[in-house]
Amino acid sequence: MKLNVNGTVHEVDAPEDMPLLWVLRDVLGMTGTKFGCGMAQCGACTVHLDGQATRSCVLPVSSVGSRMVTTIEGLSPDGTHPVQKAWAEVDVVQCGYCQPGQIMSAAALLAHHPNPTDAEIDLALAGNICRCGAYQRIREAVRAAATQRRADR
Amino acid sequence: MTALSRREMLRASLLSGAGLFVAFHIPRKARAAAQPPAKPLPDPNAFVRVAPDGSVTVLLAHSEMGQGIWTGLAMLIAEELDCNWSKIRVEHAPASPVYAHPAFGIQMTGGSTTTWSEFDRYRQAGAMARAMLVRAAAAQWKTDPKKLRTENGFVLRGSDKLSYGELAVAAQAQTPPKSVKLKDRKEWKIIGKPTRRLDSPEKITGKAQFGMDVRLPGVRTALVARSPVFGGKVKSFDASKAKGVKGVEQVVQVPSGVAVVASNFWSAKLGRDALTVDWDPGPGATLDSAALVKSYRETARTKGTVAAEKGDAETALSKASKRVVAEYDVPYLAHATMEPLNATVKLEGDRCEIWTGTQFQTMDQLTAGRIAGIPPQNVSIHTQFLGGGFGRRATPSSDFVAEAVQVAKAAGVPVKVMWTREDDIQGGFYRPLFLHRIEAGLDDKGLPSAWKHTIVGQSILTGTPFEKMMVKNGIDETSIEGIVDSPYFETVPARLVTVHSPRSPVTVLWWRSVGNTHTAFAMESMIDELAWAAGRDPLEFRTAMLADHPRHRRALQTAAEKAGWGKPPPAGRARGLAVHESFGSIIAEVAEVSVDDQKEIHVHKVSCAVDCGTALNPLGIEAQVQGAVAFGLSAVLHSELTLKEGRVEQSNFHDYQVLRLPDMPTVTVQIIESDAKMGGIGEPATAPISAAVANAVYALTKKRLRSLPLRFA
Amino acid sequence: MRRLLLLALVACTHAEPAPTPAPEAKSADPIASFATVKTVLQSPRCVNCHPAGDQPLQGDDGHAHQQFVQRGPEGRGAIGLACATCHGKANPPASYGLHMPPGVSTEWRLPPPEHRMVFAGVAARALCEQLKDVRQNGGKDSAALLHHVSEDPLVLWGWSPGTGRKPVPVAHADFVKAWKSWTDAGAPCPPQG
Repeated sequence: MKLNVNGTVHEVDAPEDMPLLWVLRDVLGMTGTKFGCGMAQCGACTVHLDGQATRSCVLPVSSVGSRMVTTIEGLSPDGTHPVQKAWAEVDVVQCGYCQPGQIMSAAALLAHHPNPTDAEIDLALAGNICRCGAYQRIREAVRAAATQRRADR
Repeated sequence: MTALSRREMLRASLLSGAGLFVAFHIPRKARAAAQPPAKPLPDPNAFVRVAPDGSVTVLLAHSEMGQGIWTGLAMLIAEELDCNWSKIRVEHAPASPVYAHPAFGIQMTGGSTTTWSEFDRYRQAGAMARAMLVRAAAAQWKTDPKKLRTENGFVLRGSDKLSYGELAVAAQAQTPPKSVKLKDRKEWKIIGKPTRRLDSPEKITGKAQFGMDVRLPGVRTALVARSPVFGGKVKSFDASKAKGVKGVEQVVQVPSGVAVVASNFWSAKLGRDALTVDWDPGPGATLDSAALVKSYRETARTKGTVAAEKGDAETALSKASKRVVAEYDVPYLAHATMEPLNATVKLEGDRCEIWTGTQFQTMDQLTAGRIAGIPPQNVSIHTQFLGGGFGRRATPSSDFVAEAVQVAKAAGVPVKVMWTREDDIQGGFYRPLFLHRIEAGLDDKGLPSAWKHTIVGQSILTGTPFEKMMVKNGIDETSIEGIVDSPYFETVPARLVTVHSPRSPVTVLWWRSVGNTHTAFAMESMIDELAWAAGRDPLEFRTAMLADHPRHRRALQTAAEKAGWGKPPPAGRARGLAVHESFGSIIAEVAEVSVDDQKEIHVHKVSCAVDCGTALNPLGIEAQVQGAVAFGLSAVLHSELTLKEGRVEQSNFHDYQVLRLPDMPTVTVQIIESDAKMGGIGEPATAPISAAVANAVYALTKKRLRSLPLRFA
Repeated sequence: MRRLLLLALVACTHAEPAPTPAPEAKSADPIASFATVKTVLQSPRCVNCHPAGDQPLQGDDGHAHQQFVQRGPEGRGAIGLACATCHGKANPPASYGLHMPPGVSTEWRLPPPEHRMVFAGVAARALCEQLKDVRQNGGKDSAALLHHVSEDPLVLWGWSPGTGRKPVPVAHADFVKAWKSWTDAGAPCPPQG
C-alpha cells in the first residue's frame, strides 16, 4: 500500500492491521515517533493526519488511506517550527522521550487555535504523559510558541 | 606511565574485584566521610577531547536520563577549559573502569550523586586539557606557558591568538600536568549560570536515539512472556500458534519465561499473544495487597529490629501530657518510565555488545559476562539516552539486560528485547509497600517528648550484591533514611525506631527518592499532627523543633514567605507545608490545595525552597524540582498498584494513572544561596510533596489522610 | 500470555450477554415502548456520550472519561484533543487487545453544546420531552430521529462496541420496533415522577 509520510509517498509492505506507529518505526525506520503505551493513553506516538493530531499506536495502517502523515521528523526541516523553537527557548526537555508527541500535539493545537488560554492548552495536551514532570515548562512553551506565531504574522 | 597503561591498570583492579567498592546510599551523617578521597588526577583524554575542527567532546561517565548532566558535566569542563560553549558536544562514555563513579567505584548513575561526585574530576579534566593546550601554544610561540592566557576557545598572547582547534594535535602530545589549580569560586563564569540544555536540539527533532530506537542490521525483536505471578516458573508451553504468526522466527525458553523472536515488534507481539504457557505459579499465587496492608498493621504493633533508640520511649509516652497515634501507608508503585525497558544484545565469539539505556553499566557488564561465559571486560555497553530512569534502570540483578542476553544466547541471533507498557506495569521492581506506626507524646510545653516508630516494609537490598554494604544488623538503610537521621527526631528526648522487613516474592527497587518517598510522608505528616495537637502553627512548631538546623529553617521560611503563609489563602483553599532533607539537599514545600464537590483533591500551587549547596545550573535545578514535585504528585493523587490472587491488577496508564498536564500546579522554585557541601537535585523534591499536600488537605477539611494516594474514603 | 489470561478472565466475568428480549412492547402500550427506548438510551453505550456535564463517560461503569476529555465547541472534543485523536474510523482489530479507543466511520462525537441531549440521570418524562423538542434535539423531526436511531453508524456502534464492552442490552431491531411503536402512537410521554 502507499503511504504519504512527510510529503514522500512510500510503497509499504506491511500487514493491514499493523499500527501506523510500527510501520513508521520498524518498516520505514523513522524512530522519532515513540512507543509508550500502545493504547492511546500517553500520546508519545502522536503524528498528524492531514493536520489532525492522531495517536499512531492504535491506528491500523490500512485506515490511513490517502491522508498525509506528518511525523516529528517532518514538522520542520531543521527544528525551527515555532513550537520547537519555543521548546528550546523554554528549555522544556528532560529525558525527552515524550517530547516528539508533546510537540506534535502542541503544533496541532496552535494550527487550529493560535491563541489558546492556559486552560485550553492544558486540555489539548492532557493526552500526553510526561513522567519526568516537565509539564510546567510544556505549558509555558506552548504559550511562548503562540506568542511567537502571532508575532511572526 | 602513559594514559593507556593507567587505564588498563584501573580496569584490571576493577575486574579483580579490588575496585568494587559499592555504597549506593550514603547516610546523611556519613556523607562528609564519603567525600571521595584525594585521588590521582583523571586522565583528561578519557573525559574531554579537543578536535582539530575546534569541537570539544565531553565524555559522560554517567547516563543522561533527563536529570540534565549532559549539560551540567559539560559546564564543569567548559568552566576550566575556557572553551567556546557552542563548540561543545557530549557523548555517553563506553563502559570502562576509568568511568567508575568517584564515590562508589562502579560505573553507574543514581542516588542524585552525579554532579557532586564529579564536581572535582570534570573540572580537573577541563583544567588539565587547558594546560596541555597552553603548553602546546607556548611551544609554538617558544614562550613560557605562564605568560599565556585562555579565553573562549583560544590561547592568547597579547594580540596573538591560536585556536584550540589549531592546537589540538600538538596538545595531544603534551604530558598531562601533575597538578592543576582549579578556579576560585569568584572566577566562575559558567558554574552557577542558568544554562539551557545541550541535548535539546536532538530531543525536539526526534533525532535523539534512545535504546528503543536502536536499529542494527540483522537484529530481531523479541518479547518475553513472563509469569503472571511473581516467582512463577514455566511448566510447559505450546508455541505452535505463535510460530504460525507471520514474522515470528523462533520461540525460545529463557529463565524468566518464553521469548518470541520476530522480525519486528508487531509480529513479536502477535506471536506472544498466540503463545500458550502453563505456569507453575509458586507461593506468589496467593499474594493480596489488601491483606498485606492488614498484616503489616498487625506487625507494626510488635517491636521490630531496633534501628535507633535513646531513653525510654514507652515510659516517656506514658508520662506525656498528650499522645498522638497514627499509621501511614503507601502502596507498591511502578516507575513507569516513558520509554519502556529494552536492551539490544549481540553475542559474537567471546564478545558481547549491548545497546541500552542503563543506570548500571558495571553491573550489566558483570551480569552479561557471567551469562555469556566471557570476561566482563569483553562486554561493551553503548549507553543510549534513557527515556526516564527513576531507579528502574538500576537493578542490582540487571534484570532487563540479563534477560536480553539470555534471549540472544538461546536464539543464537542478535536481538532487541522490548517491554510493552503492560510488561512494565506488571513486571515488578516496585517501590515497596510500606506502613509506619508512630506513637508520639507532647510535653506540657507542647513539644514532642516521646516518639515510638515502627516501620514495616520489604527491604530493597536484601538478597542483592549490595546487601553486605547497605544492610546493617538486618536493617536496610533505605528503609529508615529520613527518620533516624531526621533533625526533628534528634530533638525528641526519648525515641525508639524499630523495623520489620517481611520477605515477599514481589521484587522491589529504589524509586525516585527511595525510602524518603514514605519516610518523609510519615515524618512530616506526624509533625503536622503534633503541631495541630499542640495548638501551634505548623510553621512555628517546626521552626521551634529545628532550632539547631538553620538550613532547614531558612528553607522553610523562604518557601512559606513565597507561599504567603500566615495570610489567608483564596477562598476554598488551604496550605500545608513540609521540609525534608535527602541526598544532601534540603527542600521545603508549601502546597496550596482545594477539594471539589466530588471530593477530588486539586493542587494549585507549590512553593519550593531548595538548599542544595553550590547550584551548578539554576535552570536545570528548577526543572528537576518542578519535575520531582510532579513525579511525587502522581503518587499523591493517582498511582497505586494492587495485587489480587498474585496478579497485579493494573496494566497500563488507564488504570495505573499518573499526573497529566491539567493536574500540574504552578511550582515556584527558589534556590537558596548556600556554600554548604553540594547535594543532589534529581530526587529530593519528590519526598516532601506528599506530606505538604496531606497537611494542606487537613488544614482545609480537618480530615487527616494517612494513605497514599490521598483519597477521601 | 498475560494478555491471553486477561482476555480469558474478561471472557468469564464480562461475557457479552445475548441481548435480552425487550420488555414486551405491545403496540397498544406506547409508554411501555418508551421504557424500552429509555433502557437503551441510558445504557452505557449511549449515555457515555450523552453525559450530564461536558466530560464524556467511559466503560461499562460510566466513569468520567480519562485524559480530561471534553465535549468541546462542536461536540468533537477539545481543540487539540479532538475525539478523532484516538477514535478512528472503526474499532481497532481485536488483536490490539482490551481498552482500545473504539471507532466509527462517521467519526466519534458527542452532541454539540447547543443541544447537549443529556441522557445521564434524566427521568423518563424529561427524557421523553427532550427527545421530541426540536429546540433541544438539534432540529430533528420525527423522520430524522428515526434515521438517527435506526441507521446512524454511531448509534449502531452500540451493538458492536468492540472487545471487552457490553453491547446495548436490547437487540437493535427490538429497539427500533419500540421506537416506532412509541412514535407511531404520537410519542406520548410517561407521567411525571
